[in-house]
Formats: sequence, structure tokens, C-alpha cells
Amino acid sequence: MTALLIQLLTGLAGASTLFLVAAGLTVIFGVTRVVNFSHGSLFMLGAYIGWTILSRLPRDPGSFALGVLLTGLATSAIGSAVEMVLLRRIYKAPELLQLLATFGVVLILQDATQAIWGPADLTLPRGPWLRSAVMILGERFPLYDLILIATGPLILGTIWLLFARTRWGTLVRAATLDREMVSALGVDQRRLFTSVFALGAGLAGIGGALVLPQGSANLQMDLSVITDAFVVVVVGGLGSLTGAYLAAVLIGVLQALGIVLLPKATLVVVFVVMACVLIVRPHGLLGRPLTATRTDAAAIAPIRPATPALLWAAAALLVLAIAAPLIVGPFVLSVLTDITIAILFAASLHVLMGPGGMASFGHAAWFGLGAYGTALAVKSLAAPMPLALLLAPIAAGGVALVFGALVVRLSGVYLAMLTLAFAQIVWAVAFQWSDVTGGDNGILGVWPPAWAGPASFYWISLVLCVGGAILLRRALYAPFGFALRASRDSALRAEAIGLNPNALRLAAFTLAGSAAGLAGGLAAYAKGSVFPTTISVGHSVDALVMVLLGGVQTMAGPIIGAIAYTGLFDALLLATGFWRAALGACILAIVLLFPQGIAGGFNRPGVAGSVKRTI
Amino acid sequence: MQLSRRTLLAASATLASPLAAPSIVRAQGNAPIRIGEINSYTAAPAFTLPYRNGLQLAVEQINAGDGLLGRKIELLIRDDAGKPADAVRLAGELVTDQKVDVLAGGFLSNVGLALSDYALQNKKLFIAGEPLTDALVWDKGHRYGFRLRPSTYMQAAMLVEDAAKLPAKRWATVAPNYEYGTSTVKWFKQLLLAKRPDVVFVADQLPTLGKIDAGATVAALEQAKPDAILNVTFGPDLTNFVRQGNTRGLFEGRAVVSVLTGEPEYLDPLAEETPDGWYVTGYPNTSVTDPANTAFIAAYKAKFNELPKMGSVVGYALIASIAAGIAKTGSVETEAMASGFPGTTFATPFGKVTWRAQDHQSTLGTYVGRTALKNGKGAMVDWRYVDGADALPSDAMVKTLRPA
Repeated sequence: MTALLIQLLTGLAGASTLFLVAAGLTVIFGVTRVVNFSHGSLFMLGAYIGWTILSRLPRDPGSFALGVLLTGLATSAIGSAVEMVLLRRIYKAPELLQLLATFGVVLILQDATQAIWGPADLTLPRGPWLRSAVMILGERFPLYDLILIATGPLILGTIWLLFARTRWGTLVRAATLDREMVSALGVDQRRLFTSVFALGAGLAGIGGALVLPQGSANLQMDLSVITDAFVVVVVGGLGSLTGAYLAAVLIGVLQALGIVLLPKATLVVVFVVMACVLIVRPHGLLGRPLTATRTDAAAIAPIRPATPALLWAAAALLVLAIAAPLIVGPFVLSVLTDITIAILFAASLHVLMGPGGMASFGHAAWFGLGAYGTALAVKSLAAPMPLALLLAPIAAGGVALVFGALVVRLSGVYLAMLTLAFAQIVWAVAFQWSDVTGGDNGILGVWPPAWAGPASFYWISLVLCVGGAILLRRALYAPFGFALRASRDSALRAEAIGLNPNALRLAAFTLAGSAAGLAGGLAAYAKGSVFPTTISVGHSVDALVMVLLGGVQTMAGPIIGAIAYTGLFDALLLATGFWRAALGACILAIVLLFPQGIAGGFNRPGVAGSVKRTI
Repeated sequence: MQLSRRTLLAASATLASPLAAPSIVRAQGNAPIRIGEINSYTAAPAFTLPYRNGLQLAVEQINAGDGLLGRKIELLIRDDAGKPADAVRLAGELVTDQKVDVLAGGFLSNVGLALSDYALQNKKLFIAGEPLTDALVWDKGHRYGFRLRPSTYMQAAMLVEDAAKLPAKRWATVAPNYEYGTSTVKWFKQLLLAKRPDVVFVADQLPTLGKIDAGATVAALEQAKPDAILNVTFGPDLTNFVRQGNTRGLFEGRAVVSVLTGEPEYLDPLAEETPDGWYVTGYPNTSVTDPANTAFIAAYKAKFNELPKMGSVVGYALIASIAAGIAKTGSVETEAMASGFPGTTFATPFGKVTWRAQDHQSTLGTYVGRTALKNGKGAMVDWRYVDGADALPSDAMVKTLRPA
């Protein structure tokens, strides 16, 4: 009994830290609809800035509180700066482009933090009061954990008062419900958005400073906290603060109890919780269906077929690609092979994100399933390459069909997060089921047979990937594609004319899953091995970045995005030790210059740098 | 995309054959010997940046002297960002484009295995520095793969010496949930039970790497009421674990055996919270007065103005091991090196080390001692150096473990 109580209290303390990060994220999303990927970086900056301030202050409680508040102010200022300099310029851009921009910020801040504070973990010496414990039923329990338990509700209450009792809070709540209406009533959106960002960033910074007594400021904090924070926000219901607190408590307590019952489960418990909650309550615990923001709906213009000039350019590029092995060296050839695989991976995600209207944060799941399907076929069945490659899309498509049935009922960020949950569960299975998948050591020795040398394998990959991408494109111009787009633009009207939107979305999901699976199967052969990292969040983000870079609402977008991102990545990796900052800066430049993506930029008349106009 | 190729240099290097007349070796002239190194510089900077310093110091020292086979060494460094797929692609770049003579590097076990498999497929020598997985030299070991650091088996074997002498009967373990963690726990249990059949393991905690929920983990261990604890966590996880353990009194009246905790990169962040009397493996850098180590520290401090960490030693020894292997082989031709490296002895800050012929594991050892708090900082005391050769299983057992 005592043990249970101790675990419960420990879980509550963890929940408070989670809540602080998630609270800022949910407030920002509620008002601005920005999926702020850089929120974890602000948390990390909070820890580092907090360390710098607190290690210079005396070690008493008053100074600690002062230091934490100062840290909050500092990250608040940084957050506002990011909003004013960057995000403000792209609110009118298609949905999720802001995510791409904040991803660029993540990359830049990672290198900046390392450059300023160095690579070593920084620990804050704890004063006696931070090290002390109180006796609870004969067990020692840290005083600081009790303080944290109180901090969560305290912050929740403060923000609630702010929202309920001030004019600013009323405006924020109104904007969360309908921001166009608030704007129409004459409220300055710019100031409102900046102030909301300041609040969110401040909370993230305070959260970062508050973990210092329990651990260290280190360079892995940003990414380790961001997915958990998103999970809390989504489980609670987007934009709902109370929901976020409930979700944080639910996850924190389950995590703490899970450690006792099933220690290995810590890998995946938060994602299982999220998947269960979203399947039962598609809008989270306390969330409401989001009102559509009107600017977004207008941004989706029908996709025009490619112009003759574009087709000629594509044909020329293809000829060049076919001839490539005769021209370039082996390393460039291997990069080109990677690019063909990336093209199919991105094109398959584009089917979901563009015409399907379903952003997926877990697309690597299908890629990984294909890769593991191929590798296992080679290793346990000794399957020849054609058969092993055939199994990849079947394995991935089959699982996508089953998962998809649950996923397509949802929409927006909820849908995206459910795909992320599934991807994490698949990842955990690959990671944990060592007897079959080799665990994190992966499956090695999946090399192409002797008859498929680097050049032949490149051609195989080119045919399958570019062929696959062309088939996907064909499907989107077929009646299926038009019906899919109709379901996206208005599910109600689509249903009225006899279409079945969910079945169409499921078909698109399965199609995209199979295509990604094929890309994964090829990747297994190209690298000679498969590891759980192919299913990681980072790999899913790669796919998102490629699609968004190229432009969601064009057919050429994912292809151009895949080429640009893979090429850029390799070039920068070889050119500079600060490749993350350089890559982040390139992403920001592209986002600001071409808010419709690179390919989208060429389609907009009158944009600087556009080389042709659509007729 | 950077497409720079140095085919001219490379052609002369790869065509060189050990069986050819010495005149051909001389004819290679001044073309540098190229070592391609891949590591997780952005994913694990706390370890890999001091490691890179060690590499650079060693290369600089060799080049300032007579060089290697009368040639300079050129080091090409790449960042795999912690991803095996990226590591394999970069290996391709280094081998096919930059025409490196030897591949080296690796931090995470899976990256090391991916690179090792690439080396086997492409018949190129790969010298792993840090990856600790036993698979690298045993079940996935092969002719072209070598590994420098003491493996998980060796680290566990070194600590079991002390653990077996403890009166503790009830043991609990805490390890990061991936190959390094699970493998260390597996060996520790096996080796300890062999010496002490009366021991029982009462709890196993497997926190996710980098995301330990320290409070709950400590409480769960406390609940199992063990007499002693094996800790395998490191880095930020270790700091969180130690802080919660100190406050909640987990370590009071209990023996703790802890892998890697004595290494400066992981001990320094513990600072004044360093627990007293843990049995650890590590590197008590300044207190080792062996001339090889003091000379290394002096040179390192002169160049980088800080004390070397364990990573620095690994990086430095890695270059030393490659240089010695090439010097003994007298060539940089892969097949010749694969035959020439085994049995080579080289000097490291920890003393003389040999590349074992039976499994391509080096005999580099590590220091085993106890933690203590000195002037508000963590330190290792009562330490002894354990030679890697003494922590390895019998040749007969190695034979069963290594199919290749």
C-alpha cells in the first residue's frame, strides 16, 4: 500500500513537469493553430538559461524561485522573437508549413546551444532544501517532488484566472474558438498571437528550469520531451488546459505504476495510452471538434495537370537519371539510390497529406514494416530479391489496412498523432522483440545478390520508385483521386453524392502504406541492414519535411522536396560540422521565400524567382 | 553536393600491394594514408567531442614524427547523427569517393554493427572504437572487423570480481533498454551466478535511454528491498538516477556496482552528489601516475587546455592501434592488413595493448575502483588497472561464441 502511494505521488510529480511543457504547447496551438515543434527546444533553453542564472544565485528557496521566473521571462522573450521574426510571416501559408519552420528552429537551436554551453551535461548543485526528504508512511519522499506536485495545479489555476478574469484571457479564449471572428471584431491578431507565444514559451522555460534539481541540462532534452508533450496535448484535447493537466496526470501515474508492473513497457506506455484514448474519444479527453479556419480552406486550389513544358522537363530529368550510372561515381550513385527511395517515400506521404487531407506523423511505420518484411524474408525464408521486395508492400499495406480503419475516423492533428502512436508501437515491437527483429542491433547482411551491382540496383530502384510515384500520380488523376479530394474538401457533400469518404480514405491509407513499404524494402537492400531507427519519429519527420519543402498542393512537390532535402542533407553533412544549423537555416529560407513549397513557388504568378507561369 | 574526389591519391594508395617489392612501397611517395572516421558527433557530443580531440592529438603526433611508412596520416571525420543508415552511406562516401584505406569509429552499438557489416560486404578494414556490443567481435565478428574498447562482457566480468566478494544475496539491476544495457545485465547475472549460486536477482529496471523516470525507477527498486544494485545507466539518465537515489536513500546500506560511472564524462556531472563507495569501471585521469598516462595528459592539456576524458583515451588509442597495425603490415592493402593486424601490439595511455588473433578484440583494459567525493567533486579511489586479456573468456568459449 505504501509502495503504491509512493509511486502515485512520484507519478504526480512527473505529471507536473509534463504539464508545464504541454500547457504552453496547447495554449499556442489553440490560438494560432501552429504545431510548434520548437517547444522542446525552448524547454531545453530553459534548462540551460536556468543553469546559467541559478548557478550564480545563492542556494535558498527564494533565489531559486526568482531564478526560475527570470528563466521564464528569458525564454518568453526568445519565443516572442521567433514568432515575430518567423511565424508571423507564414500564418497564411498552408497548414503545417509552420511545423516545417519550427523544425528549422529546432535544428538551429541545437547547434546554437551546443556552441554556447558546450557538449558536457550541466548539473546544478542542489541546496540542502532541494536534497531533503519528508517521511510519508515511513518512506522517504523528496520534498522537491511535493513542491512539483503543487506546482502543476498552481500554474493551472493561475492560467485559468488569467483566462477567466482578464480581457486578454477572454480574447485568447475567443480566438481559440474562432479567430477570424475575433479579428473581424477589431482585435489586433498580431499582438494577441505574439503574447500567446510569449506565455507558452515562458511556461516551457519554467518547465526546463524546474527539472534542473532532478537532473541536468543536456543536449538531448529537446527531442526527448517534445513527443511526450504533444501526446499530453492531444490526449487532453487540443487547446484545453484542464484536459492537458488530466492527460499529464493520467500518463504520469500510469508510467510510474507501469515501471513496477512491467519495466520494459516504459518504452511505449504513453503511446498506448494515446492510441486508446483517441480510439475511444477522437477529440481527446476534453477537446472539442476544431472550427475550420477559413483561410486554410481557401488555400487548397484544385491541382492542375502538369503543363507540357513541365512534362518535358520531367522527361529530360528522367533521361538524365537513367544515364546517371554511366556518368557519376559510386558515392553519388548511392546518394541517387537514396534519393529514388526518398521520392517514393515522400510521394506516398503526399497522397495522404495532399489529396487525402490526412497529415501523418508516423509515416515511417510503413517504410519500416516494408524494410523489416524484406529483411525477414531474406533472413528466415532465404527469399530471392524479387520475392523479398514483393513482400515489402504487402506487409506494409496489410498492416496499414488494419491500422487505417481506426485512423481514418479521425481528422487533423488528432489523426496525425494517432499515426504517430501506431508508428511508436511498431517501433517498440521492432525494438523489443529481439528474437525476431534483432532488437536495436537490427537485421544485418541484407545485401542485393551478386547480379545486382550498384548500377543495376540503382536502375531497379529507379524503375520501382519513379514507377511507383508515377502510378500514385495516375491514381490521383483517376476517378479515385477526384473522389478522395472531394471527400477532403467536403465530406458531407461527398457523402451526399454517394461517395463513402472513410472507405476512400482507407483505400488511400493502404495505397500510401504499400508504396512506403516498397520504399522501405528497397532501403533494406540499399543499406544492407534494417534497424528500428527506420521507424523512429525522426524518420517520420524526414518524410514530412520533404513533402512540406516541396509543397503539399502540387504533384511535383514531394519529388522536388525529396531531391532537395536528401541532396541538401548530404551536401551540408559533408561540408560543415554545423550541418544542423545550416540545414535549419536553409529550411527557414525556403519557408520564407516559398510558402507554398518549392514546387508551389513556381506555380504562383508574380513571385520573385518564379521562372514560368501556369497558363 | 560535394563531389570532390581525390582519385589520384587514392589510386596509388589502394594499388599498393604488400607482396610487391619494397621499391613500390617507397614509390607511393608522400600520398597520405587516409583514415575515414564516422561517429555520432551531434547525437552524443559529451563523449564524442573529447574523443575527436584524442584522434586529432594522435594524428598530429604521428605526423610531427616520422609519419607512418614514411607517409603522413590524413583523418577524414564524418557525423552519422546516431543513425545506422546514415553511417553506412557515409562509409560508402569515404570508401568509394575519398578512397580511405581504413574505416574506423562508431559510438552506438547498432551503428558499429552496421559499419562492421558494410566492411564485411565491401572487404574493407573497420576498427570500432567505442561500441561495446559483444556481437561486434563474437557472433557477428569477421575477418575485417576489430574492436578496441572492453566489451559489455569484459566490463561485467571486471565488476563481478568485486561483486562476488560482497555479502549481498539479493540483487537488483537498472540498465538502459538497448543492447548495451541488456547485454551487460545478462553477462553480469551469468558470471555472478557462476561464482555465487546463492545470489538471487529480485528486480530488473529497463528505463528508456535518455528518458528515465528516475523517481519511479528508484521507488520500484527500493520496493524490491535488494542488498545490492547493478547500475548500467550513464549520462543524463545516471545524473537523474543518482539524485533521486540520494534523496530517497536508495543507496544507503546497499552496495552499488556501476558500469562506466568512473569515466570523467559521466562522473563529472555528478559533482557533489557523487555517491560514496560504488564499485565502478572508469578512468581516474589525474591520479594515474604511469608515465604513458602522464605524458598523454600533458600533451592533451597543452593542446586543448582541459583534462582528457575516457573518450579522449579511446580516440587516441584508436589511432595508435591503426598506426601500429599498418606499420607492422607494411602496407595499407586491406587483405594484408586483415592478416597483419592480429597480434599487433601498440602503446596507449593505459599501457601496451594487443589485437587478439582469436576474435579481433583488443586487450585494452580499464580501471576498476570505487567512487568518492573529494573537494566537492567525484573521484575514483582504490583503483586498479584490469588488463582486458584477464577479463575475457577462455579461447574455447570464444570459439563457440564466434562462428566466423
